[in-house]
Amino acid sequence: MALYNLNINGKSQQVDVDPNTPMLWVLRDHLDLVGTKFGCGIAQCGACTIHLDGNAVRSCQLPVSAAEDAKITTIEGLSEAGDHPVQKAWIEHDVPQCGYCQAGQIMSAAALLAQNPSPSDSDIDNAMNGNICRCGTYTRIKAAIHTASQNL
Amino acid sequence: MTTVNTKLNRRSFLKVSALAGGGMVLSFSWLAGCKPAAKEELLAMPKEWFELNSYIKIGDNGVVTLMSANPEFGSNVKTSMPMILAEELDVDWKNVLVEQADFYPERFDRQFTGGSQGIRQGWKPLRTAGATARQMLVLAAAKTWNVPAGEITTTAGTLEHKASGKKAGYGEMASAAATLEVPEEVALKEVKDFQIIGNSKKNVDGQKIVTGKPLFALDHKVEGMKYAAIVHPPAFGMKLKSFDKSSVSGMTGIQDVFSISIFKDDYQRNFFDTTTFPEIIAIVGNSTWEVMQAKKALTVEWENAPESNFQMAGWGGNTSTVTVPAGLENSARHKERMAEYVHKSGNVIRRDGDPEGAFKKAAKVLERTYSAPFLAHNTMEPMNSFADVKGDKAVVYGPTQAPESIMGTLVQALGIPKENIQINLARMGGGFGRRAYSHHMVEAALISQQIQAPVKMVYTREDDMTAGVYRPTYSATYRAALDENNNLLAFHVRAGGIPETPLHANRFPAGAIDNYLAEGWDIPSNITIGAFRAPRSNFIAGAEQSFLDELAEEMGKDPIEFRLELLKRAETNPVGENNDYVPSRYAGVLELVREKSKWNAPQPNVSRGVSAYFCHNSYVAEVVDTVIKDNQPVVEAVYAAVDCGVVVNPDAAANMGEGAIVDGIGNAFFGEMAFENGKPTKTNFDKYRMIRHREAPKKIEVHFVDNGEEPTGLGEPLFPPVFAAVANSLYKATGKRYYEQPFAPQLEMQNLKM
Repeated sequence: MALYNLNINGKSQQVDVDPNTPMLWVLRDHLDLVGTKFGCGIAQCGACTIHLDGNAVRSCQLPVSAAEDAKITTIEGLSEAGDHPVQKAWIEHDVPQCGYCQAGQIMSAAALLAQNPSPSDSDIDNAMNGNICRCGTYTRIKAAIHTASQNL
Repeated sequence: MTTVNTKLNRRSFLKVSALAGGGMVLSFSWLAGCKPAAKEELLAMPKEWFELNSYIKIGDNGVVTLMSANPEFGSNVKTSMPMILAEELDVDWKNVLVEQADFYPERFDRQFTGGSQGIRQGWKPLRTAGATARQMLVLAAAKTWNVPAGEITTTAGTLEHKASGKKAGYGEMASAAATLEVPEEVALKEVKDFQIIGNSKKNVDGQKIVTGKPLFALDHKVEGMKYAAIVHPPAFGMKLKSFDKSSVSGMTGIQDVFSISIFKDDYQRNFFDTTTFPEIIAIVGNSTWEVMQAKKALTVEWENAPESNFQMAGWGGNTSTVTVPAGLENSARHKERMAEYVHKSGNVIRRDGDPEGAFKKAAKVLERTYSAPFLAHNTMEPMNSFADVKGDKAVVYGPTQAPESIMGTLVQALGIPKENIQINLARMGGGFGRRAYSHHMVEAALISQQIQAPVKMVYTREDDMTAGVYRPTYSATYRAALDENNNLLAFHVRAGGIPETPLHANRFPAGAIDNYLAEGWDIPSNITIGAFRAPRSNFIAGAEQSFLDELAEEMGKDPIEFRLELLKRAETNPVGENNDYVPSRYAGVLELVREKSKWNAPQPNVSRGVSAYFCHNSYVAEVVDTVIKDNQPVVEAVYAAVDCGVVVNPDAAANMGEGAIVDGIGNAFFGEMAFENGKPTKTNFDKYRMIRHREAPKKIEVHFVDNGEEPTGLGEPLFPPVFAAVANSLYKATGKRYYEQPFAPQLEMQNLKM
């Protein structure tokens, strides 16, 4: 066990955990930020996507020891009022079915748009291909990303 | 206007008398932590709530709370079912809050999500509950104003007596209405007068989902809660021999390791008591990560399980003995055994005319065999559950489609009476049939009982994918007899699987062909199976509709025209009895998809396949357009035509339809679970290929037939026909027929990229 100072959603937080603990479980079990979801544990499904210094990363493969000096953003901190253009577009297109993967999808989409404000269909396919949606909302996700892109 | 007797769902009115005059707030949620709605922040909360029946509470300020009784797994019943209540209650949707009900059979009918029956079976009870509450508000106003009830009208939460100019909001009359007797009969609206039904409403949980609020059982936490992981045998046909607790007892954060058994010896199982490994090991500790680490380090010995038996309660009070065979099974051997049935008779399920004689006379026989593998459900949220068992009281909060079924299992496993067990319903991160089998809740409850503390148990993805309850593997052989002029003389299907047949012998094309024979067979296995989106239909539709496509080609007919001819025959002069489809509605979706896809105006380089199917009381026809781009098959567009009667929430209905189509394309191309020596060969998403963004269709259109019929199923019916629409479209693109799912390996053998 060791103490780690983390910068999460603009707040500094301290946790006392094993250095190998993935950020996913630090967020969920220790900091009660449960919007970041557990899906596969091997970075294959994208449900646990968060931003590390603005880049989309899979938190299930990010040990807490590697996250200490970075700026971490989770779905809870993407916007203060839940009105990030991606979140608004998700509501406009009524994207979610079960909803479980959507936080990860939104975090991947927001990171994509931050780097590429006007992505093409194939840019979207490439950036989002790591996020599985078992309910199959892919066509709506794509439409919502295009809408968000216009409202950045 | 239709008049209905409110006795239909008396159960939902039981509490009204108990509340009479009290106007008390009745909270039947044991888990306050899971409730706050984003909308609540926008609506002013009333000082007092008045409950008119189990589903409806009205605040003194006119805000309305509607209870959503069915478990939500993504089909959006939490929005659409309250819409039905709101329609007949006649309120403004903007003033409605929706709350997830817990499992409460004394108050709610049929708290089950599955079989695409939520809207169909909820339709009348929910309309009646809404209309009854509205009528009670009308009667309260009539009494207060001293005017005839028949002269009072309602609009969007307001009562009005035009002649006297009196007007009041529902909130002003709610207190008086709650004291009235429930009227014996109430009037329901005409379909044409619907204001809310048929007008798309956003998902009531949408804002919570996009902001990451806790909604799922996996998100639940209480003070003093422990975390648990499980270890189950690595293969079907194996069981626990022993484990060495000391191998992990020194690890950080680990509190206890013990084994649990789901069933007591003399327990008679129910239909949904399917669990692959009735004895597993539980590891309890302080955090998910710590128990997952211990799980990897635990020393366990497994052994081969002998053949075993258990008693199962059937429908209508019968019991049967179920045998679980011994042995470690292999997919290669499964295929060999299924292939034997191409030329081996099964059980005759239906025979019309003289099929054997007609085949003897045939000038030509077309025979094709189709197969599909086992499939894992792979819900994005792995199996998990929260449980808090102390003494003779239990609270279980988990993702389940079938709380009523698991209640009996919990009672026997815990030895606690039903009255002392509270099951709360979490939003599910996917279901697809898998969570009708909710033994994860029993496992969590047994772990909590052992440690006498609240616990959250979670499966790893590997636990989830290798724990069984799969879609079975199937095979079907179709034969058609043609005369020298290519007229269809006879039709024969022989279909089976491990361990069940997928046959629906009374469905199309039964009823359309004079000489028809349907046979079924099955091969026992210890690999557990369960409902998977449109059970049996999800295979047989693809086989049948692929065969009809090839048959139409053989007969020189357009595939839609050929089906319409058969349906005309079934409508005008049906063969046999018990044909369980309406030919005109079936034809209706084929005609609609022909129009919407512009079937008769094909585009160059676009390969099209069509398919249609009836299941879950609904009719669906689909056209899939494929193009080969950069040596890769790309699904460019999918057109679906659906007849499911009245569509309650059209945009959400289209969303679910789109999802079913994507699910079908994914499983047609990639879906497969295989076994070596009883071991599932795929354990996580690195090996089990799921459809992803790149493979999703570029465009999907879902069109609904507008016929005002009572609503029927929707979550499943769009799924089964996709497989054949894909196969038939690929045939046009590559010149090869696809008989064996998944299709990707065969496409790769044709040097196409997948």
